[in-house]
Formats: sequence, C-alpha cells, structure tokens
Amino acid sequence: MESLTFSQLKKNLKKDTSDFKKIKLAVLGNCATQLLSQALRGYAYELRIALDVFDADYDQLEPQTLNPESELFQFEPDYILIQLCSEKLYLEFCDLPPAEQETFADKIIARIQEYWRRIEAKTKAPILQFDFVEFDDSVFGNFGLKTKKSFVYQIRRLNMLFSETAALDKQAFPIALNSLSAQIGRNAFYDPQLFYIAKMPIQVELLPQVVRRVFDTVEALAGHFRKCVVLDLDNTLWGGVVGDDGIEGIRIGELKDGKIYSDLQRYFKELRNRGILLAVCSKNEHAAAIQPFHEHPEMILREDDFVMFVSNWEDKASNIRHIRETLNIGMDSIVFIDDNPFERNAVRSQIADLTVPELPPEPEKYLDFLRKANLFETVSVSGEDAKRTQQYREEAQRTESAATFASYDEYLQSLEMVAEAKPFDLFHFARIAQLTQRSNQFNLRTIRYTESDIKRISEDDHFITLYFTLKDKFGDHGLISVVVLEKRDNGTLFINEFLMSCRVLKRGMEEFIINKIVSTAKENGFTLVEGEYIKTQKNAMVAQLYTQHGFTDCGNGIFHADPNTYIFTPNFIKENRS
Amino acid sequence: MMDRTEVFKRLNEIFQDIFDDEELVVTDETCADDVDDWDSLRHITLISAVEKAFGMKFAMKEVLEMENVGEMADILVERATK
Repeated sequence: MESLTFSQLKKNLKKDTSDFKKIKLAVLGNCATQLLSQALRGYAYELRIALDVFDADYDQLEPQTLNPESELFQFEPDYILIQLCSEKLYLEFCDLPPAEQETFADKIIARIQEYWRRIEAKTKAPILQFDFVEFDDSVFGNFGLKTKKSFVYQIRRLNMLFSETAALDKQAFPIALNSLSAQIGRNAFYDPQLFYIAKMPIQVELLPQVVRRVFDTVEALAGHFRKCVVLDLDNTLWGGVVGDDGIEGIRIGELKDGKIYSDLQRYFKELRNRGILLAVCSKNEHAAAIQPFHEHPEMILREDDFVMFVSNWEDKASNIRHIRETLNIGMDSIVFIDDNPFERNAVRSQIADLTVPELPPEPEKYLDFLRKANLFETVSVSGEDAKRTQQYREEAQRTESAATFASYDEYLQSLEMVAEAKPFDLFHFARIAQLTQRSNQFNLRTIRYTESDIKRISEDDHFITLYFTLKDKFGDHGLISVVVLEKRDNGTLFINEFLMSCRVLKRGMEEFIINKIVSTAKENGFTLVEGEYIKTQKNAMVAQLYTQHGFTDCGNGIFHADPNTYIFTPNFIKENRS
Repeated sequence: MMDRTEVFKRLNEIFQDIFDDEELVVTDETCADDVDDWDSLRHITLISAVEKAFGMKFAMKEVLEMENVGEMADILVERATK
C-alpha cells in the first residue's frame, strides 16, 4: 500500500465499486484540486470505498460556504476537504500594505474560522483541512525568523493558530501536509513548473502519499484505527539475543548502538502513554525475556508498560491470535513489529488483517520508518487513554482469579461490582465521542458521533443521555458504555445509540444497562421502548441482544419492550446513585 | 541519443495508457485537437508520465510551446536517459 503511484490510482477510477461503502467528499481549495480529487477517488478504491467527489472549481470557498443553497451543501457531503496552499496565500500577503502584513496570520485564521462556522451551521460533516506548507521567501534572510514583517514568521504563526483553532473545534480535523512536505523535502514536494502551469502546489507523484494522510483521518473517524502494538524483543527492542548474550550483553542505552533501541523504546512508551496497548510476542524462555525489564538499568520500557507478555517457543501467529482473543480487539487494530523478515512473512501469510510493517534492513532506520508510516492515527484523546494499559492488565488478573471459583456467578459476586449511570456532562464529552468512534463489536447501531454532536445531543430535550461507569475490587473500568435515547411523539423511547466496551462483557453489565434503559422509560412515562440492530461486519455478537433480554422481535432489526410489564434481568452489579 | 522509432513506440504506449484508448496511434503531427480529452489537466498528467518514463524533465517553455507529438519526440531523442 505504501508505494502506490498516481497512475495506479488513476487506473482504479475505472474499476467497479458497486459493492463498496459509499462516501461523499467535497473538495475545496485556492488552487487546482482536480488531480487531488482523482487521487482521492483512486485511493478510496484500495480501501474498498466508493468515493463520490464534489470538486468545486478553484477559489470557490467563499461563495460555496456563503450560500446555504450552494452545490457544496446540496451535495450533502460526508466529509469536506479544504486545501489552502501557501503559495497562493503568499500572493495575498504581498498585496497587503506593510503594516497589515504584520497581522497576516490573524487575518487568514479569522477567515478560516468563518468558513468553518458557515459549514458547521449547515452540515455535521467533519472538516478536514491541510495545514500550511511552510516556505521562506528569504526577503529578510535569517532575520525573518524574528520579525513579524516576514512571510516565514506569518506562515509559521498561521500554522500555530490553525492548530489552536482546530483544538477548540470538534468538527475540524487538520491534515499534516507541512510535515509531509518537510519529510520529503520542499524541492521534491513543490514543482514550480507545475504550479505555474497548472496551479498545483504538490508534485503529481506525491499525491498518493498526501491522500493517504487524508484517509488515515477518514478511516479513524469511521472507527478504523489501531489499538495495539505487538513487539518482538531480540534485535527489535534491544540489540542482540538475550538468551545467548545475557542481560549484560544486550545492546541498549550506552552499549555500542544501544541508543537506537532506547529511542525505539521511548517511541513505544509515548504511544503507550497515549493509550496504545503494548504487548510482547517473543521466541524466548520467559525468565530470560522478562529479566531485562526488571533488572537492566537502561531499559525505558518496564514490565507494567505491557498489557500482555508472551514469550515461549510457539509460532508467532498462534501467539498473536492468543493476544487478540485475550484483549478482545479486532485483528485489524493490531500492528506487529519484528526485525526478522522470515517471522514477518510467516505471520503475514497466516493472519490477513494484521498490519506488519516491512521494516528497513538497518535498525537505525526503524524509528524514522515507523514515524513516517503514521500507523496510529486517531481523532480524539481523552483522560482515559493513559489508563488503558492498566485497565487491560487488571482484566488479565480478573481472568486468573475467575479460575479459582466454583461457579461463574460466585466469581461475579466476588468482584463487588459497582456501576453508575449518569447523563452526559461536559467532562466526558470527549470520552463519549471517542467510544462511539472506537466501539465496533458491542454496538447496536454503530452511529459515530463527534464531540460536537455529543454536546448538541446532551443539550437537546428530545434526547435522554446516559453514560455508564463500572468498577470492581480489582480496579476501575471507567466510562464503558454510552446510551442515547430519543423521545418519539407517540410515547415511544427509541434507543438511538447503545454501545459498550467489550472489556466488560459478560459481567452482567449489559443486563444492568438494559434494565436502566427500560426503567428510565418507565419513570418518564413512555409506553414503548424501541431498539434497533443495524448489522455491520463486526457487531454480530449483539444481533440477538434484545431478544435475549425479553424484547419482542418486530422484524427488520426492530425490537420492542413494554416498560410496564418488562421483567428485569437479575445481575450482581450495585448501582451507585450518588 | 535515443532512437526516434523507439521513442515513438514507447510514447504511443504512454498515450494509450493516459487517454485510456488502446487503439490510439500517435504520429509526428498528432496534437491536442486530435485526441479526445486532451485538456490542460490531461496534459499535466501526460507530461509527468513521459518525464518519469524517459528519466528527464521538460523545460516549462517546452511544455507550453510543444505543438505536436513530433516536437515532444525530438526533445526525448535528445535528452531521454532511460
């Protein structure tokens, strides 16, 4: 997937996409976007997406966003992509009187905010916008870096303002074009001939890489992103083979090329702190494999950074399947990192959905390679992310403890579970939106909401919102379920959103939540609770959920329950009503 | 110096590919007016594909002033590196 050419993408335009998921994307820019649009459509094919593109002619941002009846809004896009190229902004900069050049970045950001405001008033479509490719017109030389009068000062400031503005806007998602340009190099990225002939600020052959970044975010918004890295140890997290070289012989930190591996460990530690799960999968004696994590003073990663530590002599594909099953996440959300091409190929050939980056042969290039690959895109961060490893580790302890009880009920009782049900509040908007984006399996309708949607729903009287938390004697699961109930006119309460983290499956939590939904309906005088199951590739586990809990199957994925006669399902969870 | 017949043979393949027409045969005199869809956008894609295939870059003046395929071939005979 990494090395697609523009002409390969172009060939995809003629292929049949009738079986693919349909997505509508509007593209707007201050430069020529036709080839960008072609590349987007061609790349979409690779992701099994049938992309319908509305490509506004260039410089149409103003009229298309201003007029509520414009083609842009009539198109009803699912996503909107905006490209404002710096080369065109530069012309505008030059036309300003010198005094106004000093506030150029503020002027542009105000305009962007206005575009976003107009778009957001008309559509909930996420706005994807490239950040600004920085270049120096060198009018002030080095001094340009310390004077507001220079273009380089203003374009850098614009990027900072752009990030700050996007941070406050839940519907806007920047696409990192500037870092891509820097990685590739300005001379390769920008071809003056192409710009002067065709108003294109990006070299044609780089469009596949550019649109990949766009789809990284589109896919993440659709709930497809990676959650876990499975790591080899010998010659991946340290140099050498611990079983042969011993703990003092492995290269990490000051020893020879050990700094390469220290920096790789730092990278994975940062990912872990951001909420990506780390697991070990290594062919080793367990005692030898774990020893460096306990005893080596220069190791950055420690045992408790890993959610699972699998070191044995089994084949790696079986071990990775075991890790996936224990963590209960999709195979397509796992990345496997191994220095050994043989292992990579073996695993790749056995597990289709797993991501296995083809690392370069030189270890010193691993880190740069992984950074460029952008494997860990996300569309939200929340306070819970950093706790994720801890929560999954506690889960492993629960699994061990469960084995000591005679019956499963006895085990559930021993957990001393306490749950809370609360309406959405400001402090949890981010986490709630994130769960609607992340949950695939226990998700009845798989409706993805952004943070701004969640805020709007929580303020809308037509909805009753509930989030659920669960804790037990081993630890706190945090916010693990989201329910949105929609008040319909005829005394019906419709379950608009119902999802739960698979971490807490089979504890009685699903019973607890359904009981709460029905009792909420009853307390508010509704005479019917209506649930819907919308089938996706991943949510088969809840196909029968409503019928298993006493709802009547009305066909077409619709299920009904009468709150006044509903028989509540017993469970071992206490409600904390404080 | 590259053989002109060879240049034409390869150019023809690129044209067929870019214009998605397996029947297309270009000659010295073929120009934008003769080929369906040969607009400015297609021209850019064509130039980019030819540059890549022949391992060379056209000057901007050449891109703008080329009148027909024959002129393009003349430049390639001179400057192609692969």
